[in-house]
Amino acid sequence: MSFTIEGTTGPWEIVCGLEVHAQVTSQSKLFSGAGTAFGAEPNSQVSFIDAGFPGMLPRVNAECVAQAVRTGLGLKAKVNLWSRFDRKNYFYADLPQGYQISQFAHPIVGEGAVEITLSDGTTKTIGITRLHLEQDAGKSLHDQHPQKSFIDLNRSGVALMEIVSEPDLRSPEEAGVYLAKLRQILRYLGTCDGNMDEGSMRADVNVSVRKSGEAYRTRCEVKNVNSVKFVMQAVEAEARRQIELWESGGTVEQETRLFDTQRGVTRSMRSKEDAHDYRYFPDPDLPPLVLDAAWVEALKESLPELPDARRARYVAMGLSPYDAHVLTLERETAAYFEAVAAGRDAKMVANWLTGDVFAHLNKRGFGVADSPVTAPSLGALLDLIANSTINGKIAKDVLEIMFETGRGAPEIVAERGLTQVTDTSAIEAAVDQVLAASPNQLAQYRAGKVTLFGYFVGQTMKAMQSKGNPALVNEVLKQKLG
Amino acid sequence: MMRPTDLTLAGALDALAAGATSSVALTEAHLAAIAELNPQLNAYITVTADAAMTAARASDARRAAGQAGPLEGIPLAIKDLFCTAGVETTAGSRILKGFVPPYESTVTAQLLRDGAVFLGKANLDEFAMGSANTTSAAGPVENPWRRTNDPGTRLVPGGSSGGSAAAVAARLALGATATDTGGSIRQPASFCGIAGIKPTYGRCSRFGIVAFASSLDQAGPVARTVEDCAILLGSMAGFDPRDATSADLPVPDFRAACAQGVKGLRIGVPAEYRLDGLAPEIAALWQQGLDWLRDQGATLVDISLPHTKYALPTYYIVAPAEASSNLARYDGVRFGARVTEPGSDLRDLYERTRAAGFGAEVRRRILIGTYVLSAGYYDAYYLKAQKVRALIRRDFEQAWERVDAIVTPATPSAAFGIDEKQDDPVTMYLNDVFTVTANLAGLPGLAVPAGLDAQGLPLGLQVIGRAFDEETVFAVGAAIERAAKFSALPGMRA
Repeated sequence: MSFTIEGTTGPWEIVCGLEVHAQVTSQSKLFSGAGTAFGAEPNSQVSFIDAGFPGMLPRVNAECVAQAVRTGLGLKAKVNLWSRFDRKNYFYADLPQGYQISQFAHPIVGEGAVEITLSDGTTKTIGITRLHLEQDAGKSLHDQHPQKSFIDLNRSGVALMEIVSEPDLRSPEEAGVYLAKLRQILRYLGTCDGNMDEGSMRADVNVSVRKSGEAYRTRCEVKNVNSVKFVMQAVEAEARRQIELWESGGTVEQETRLFDTQRGVTRSMRSKEDAHDYRYFPDPDLPPLVLDAAWVEALKESLPELPDARRARYVAMGLSPYDAHVLTLERETAAYFEAVAAGRDAKMVANWLTGDVFAHLNKRGFGVADSPVTAPSLGALLDLIANSTINGKIAKDVLEIMFETGRGAPEIVAERGLTQVTDTSAIEAAVDQVLAASPNQLAQYRAGKVTLFGYFVGQTMKAMQSKGNPALVNEVLKQKLG
Repeated sequence: MMRPTDLTLAGALDALAAGATSSVALTEAHLAAIAELNPQLNAYITVTADAAMTAARASDARRAAGQAGPLEGIPLAIKDLFCTAGVETTAGSRILKGFVPPYESTVTAQLLRDGAVFLGKANLDEFAMGSANTTSAAGPVENPWRRTNDPGTRLVPGGSSGGSAAAVAARLALGATATDTGGSIRQPASFCGIAGIKPTYGRCSRFGIVAFASSLDQAGPVARTVEDCAILLGSMAGFDPRDATSADLPVPDFRAACAQGVKGLRIGVPAEYRLDGLAPEIAALWQQGLDWLRDQGATLVDISLPHTKYALPTYYIVAPAEASSNLARYDGVRFGARVTEPGSDLRDLYERTRAAGFGAEVRRRILIGTYVLSAGYYDAYYLKAQKVRALIRRDFEQAWERVDAIVTPATPSAAFGIDEKQDDPVTMYLNDVFTVTANLAGLPGLAVPAGLDAQGLPLGLQVIGRAFDEETVFAVGAAIERAAKFSALPGMRA
């Protein structure tokens, strides 16, 4: 059943497409050698080119081009061997040249596709219209001085990829999942760090609504939405606004809007009439960007494994589809998993990761990349289980100590004497003690209440400070209880 | 010995090498000439006398140490469109008043590398937009030539490199840098009776040159002989990774090319340049030039460049379109002049700064350029102009199958009065009718003085060559120069 919003006149369908601006991961800017680090002192990463000084000329950064091509390949898109930079002309204080260099008519990447998996397990393919390279503008700071605005040009000239989807998204969830999936792919590729709170990724959300079977109605663009959650909220809020407008006899006008994250509503920014005439034309400072097919092919060969392929591989290794999904969400998690799983039981590693390890990380506010328990360290713990040095129960306690102290499992086990007891006589002694101390339960058991077997196991383990080998404890108990 | 300011650049290099003069002596002589004549001619906006003397002394020391560069000790004027580190660079505009670049243009850096001494910054039309050097915020430049029958009328030096051409003609520099977007080297060179070459687009780096129209702008030298131009271009040219449109090609020996001769060369004579109403004396000079070349062993070939008549309108769409965008950065925010009122907003800052900072001609071209790029007009103007530009380029490509160089008049007239042609911009734009084609096609074009008109003013011929074949252009230009024996001198000179 497809997603609809119920209005007073019946159900409405959402039609949505995203334009995602993703900052290219690169040492220097798209057309200058200035740095790109986030959080640097204002105006400390600005060349004369970025500041639009007289006589300065742009020079395309080959690494940014390679990153765009990698992204295109990762989106299964057509890489255009001939593309061109255009100037988008408008005046603003944080746009030093008075134009943004972008790719309007001839983008570097053409049509592609992204497959998304929704919460009900269904999958859907979202079309990519195009990807183009462009430079970012600087930042205007209006809150630093009562009368003046300050300009920070650190971002000016930073390379962005604008990734435009087809209007294939039909619900807030689809929009959110698509954005998350895109972010995941870019992070796997290493072409964008995906840090949305630092502005490395932001989305312009195009929304319209229609009755089933209709052609597209007028859309509005909600600018600069900077999280998956806000994208989902913005889609819904804008759709509801439009439905209300249509149903009250009004007309949706094409316009640019902003999402008010406090109130959860969209507000008008500028109407179509106020839209800039950007006077796009080919940038005469930059010859067309011509790529060598062999170079593109070499980039394709060197692409890392992408989330979909990795997930499929994990399922083939015996993981549940859910665990495979969770472990591939972040490239770092997958790398951690693979480091631990190498030479070990993958299913067991997955269980430990998605269970106790994630719980500890969440509780302590760490990610896998900066986890106090490294992959080799976790591996050593699991090895102690595998070779029966400790049992699973003890291992959970040891893991907690590892997170608290950062020390290794063998050290902790040795120091605290947690090695599992496999000496049958010691287990027999413990069992005898438990049976002797539980005459009532023993009588009930013998009378047929066999479910009390678990009680005896628990009591025995307790008597052995959890160090008994579970299989042997079971075996001895079965023997003694006859 | 000859007066230092009357030496050719090649002659000065010989004299320096022979120890007959020094860079200090040459520089002092030129600074004295500037002090005497610049108040009248206004060829320089900025004179850097102290820095020039310091540089001259350093140059003489290098020469004494056996480290003389190819231009060691040669005093030059630098068009004030080239950014020069530590020296105010105005582009002839109020909006760049007080702008001192912290960087050096590639072309001037290469001249300094080769030992040149900079005397100062030469006047020009504002942002290189003009054909008379009357649009400069620093005031008009006067041509050192006057009409024999009307000696009271002050004449324009042409533009936009009017200051460069006037300075070289009046002996206020041995040579000068210039730039050419539609004829800004060749037309003033012709008006001032000197030589100048706009090399192939991409031959000289545009890095550090204030942009007018990026796809047309090209730096080149003006000097008193074709050989002097060749020497200067040898230092100015070369690949620069900082300019994506710069050509990664070796720089040939342009000076040697001047002596190649024209024997066996096929010289194209384009029918379309024989304009209705072309002044008979210019038509006659053109024929004379062709005859000289034929006499030296060249073959004359009638050719057709059928789209020539569309070149000027095409140019006046493409160039303003690019200029309207290139000049957007002059907004009063980061450098140059700023005009604002307390409590006003950003838009007001832009409007006041740009209204006060740009002169009428620059404003006109920004308006034209903005218009032709606007939604609804782009296809009819800019896109159409690009298509015509491709056809003009193809005209030349077809011509190169039959000829090795093309010879035309450089300008449709000799220099005119400073107060003439100022009412109708289109009349002014017609000055570029013979020169814009080379810019649109990206080809090298050289102007060489070939004779005088009835009023005693110099007239030039133009040689156009294949892309990156400046050598043939120099060979043909030098052949015309040898035959013309142009020896007339401007009335005003040091």
